[in-house]
Amino acid sequence: MRARKRKAETEGAYSRKEKELRDSLLLQVANIPGGESIKKCIQCGSCTGSCPVSYTMDITPREIIALFRARDIESILSSRTIWICASCYACTIRCPQGVQVTDILYALKRLAIEQKIYPKRFPVYSLSKAFVYLANRYGRSYEPGLIVAYFLRTNPFKLLGMIPLFLKLFFKGRIGILPKKIKGSKNFSKILQEAEIMEMVVPVVES
Amino acid sequence: MEYTYYPGCSLEASAKGYDESFRFVFQALGQKLVELEDWNCCGATYYMATKETISLVISARNLALAEPYGHDLVCPCSSCYTILYKTNHILKNNRIMKAKVDQALKKDDLKYDLGIKVRHPLEVLVNDVGLETIASKAKISLAGMKIAQYYGCQIVRPDRGLDDKENPQMMDSLFAALGAENVYFPMKVRCCGGMLMTTYPDVALELNKKILESARQNGANLVLTTCPLCQINLEAYQDKINKKFKTDLHLPILFFTQALGLALGGDPKELGIKRSLIPFPTKENRLEVTK
Repeated sequence: MRARKRKAETEGAYSRKEKELRDSLLLQVANIPGGESIKKCIQCGSCTGSCPVSYTMDITPREIIALFRARDIESILSSRTIWICASCYACTIRCPQGVQVTDILYALKRLAIEQKIYPKRFPVYSLSKAFVYLANRYGRSYEPGLIVAYFLRTNPFKLLGMIPLFLKLFFKGRIGILPKKIKGSKNFSKILQEAEIMEMVVPVVES
Repeated sequence: MEYTYYPGCSLEASAKGYDESFRFVFQALGQKLVELEDWNCCGATYYMATKETISLVISARNLALAEPYGHDLVCPCSSCYTILYKTNHILKNNRIMKAKVDQALKKDDLKYDLGIKVRHPLEVLVNDVGLETIASKAKISLAGMKIAQYYGCQIVRPDRGLDDKENPQMMDSLFAALGAENVYFPMKVRCCGGMLMTTYPDVALELNKKILESARQNGANLVLTTCPLCQINLEAYQDKINKKFKTDLHLPILFFTQALGLALGGDPKELGIKRSLIPFPTKENRLEVTK
């Protein structure tokens, strides 16, 4: 018995510290509203079949759920899948077991960002970051600012390619010249600061 | 009836025509709209993807601001609608999230007592105003319009219980009542890719090509949408799609309120139809709108 236990600790198995980290990451995802549904998956593949972009994923949504339950969090977080999901919820509504696939992918995305597992100049993260910056600053989104900030972070040369579309939209009056700021922006940042703290508060599982 | 109006960032810019036509339609149907004072960005899916609690706080600020108005909150943008609806749902069902959000809102002396109902104008028009009333107030028949009704993802999904999730009918029945023809359109709830157009354009172009080709193959001369992002993806990138896939797509994409506004006697200019990049009606299929 003791011999087997020692073996489990050395060959291939995780150290206690790593196991704890892994468990806490998995718990974080399973803890989102609707996260407990992941246990009910029957691996039928309806999610993959319904997904309009599964053809371009490296790991399909069904496999993500399987890997999650096999506790292989590294494969998931380093996959292209979590970033390519356009959050259209086709998988969620078709799942016969009520697994909240889209929301689980959201949680995995957040986790990958927290753990900084993404390539440099990574498109989705760059867009998110640009968006968050603008929303925090003005309280509203500003499309031209978003696009410029995004391409500056990823590939500034592509910005030139956006100019024709920009001009077309501009002459149709579909682009604002300056971002609009909300009136309560000072208090808005106070709310955000507090929300940032609240984000850190680990939720307790609610039965 | 009176409604509180949450425009969202897109309706002030790229989807200006949605804002104009939405206001026109509600006015023409005798519904009062009051714009929510000092609303902020709903947080959109970008925020949801990075910070959960903060995203809920941001959209909850709008709910808290809207509560004293005492009316349902109407959000035309599908993304805003989904986010605000989802936030409302989570806050109503998850006490821990509610407590975290309350704590943050307190910093601006705001409080949300879960008294808001988040609604989409399409559903308001069909359920509150009613098809019969709308048809009776129509001044122009839309006969000649062959419409592909494109609902996109976010207004019927995940589960809102509003309409069928795979084959929604609200827009179809609305425009059938106005004399238009709804073409068979199996891609009506297929995803346009949303923000993938910026992050993974190759994937998004392919998705949009499939949607547009399906509409055209089934004889549509117009596509109607309920979402600013779908509208811009389908319309502004048709040139790129044609170039990439050697197609010759040239389909006008309007917001459903713009077509509805035409039926209610609106002028294309005041409905923002002149803001379209692909002119409507097109040269090839000039619509004969008969009285």
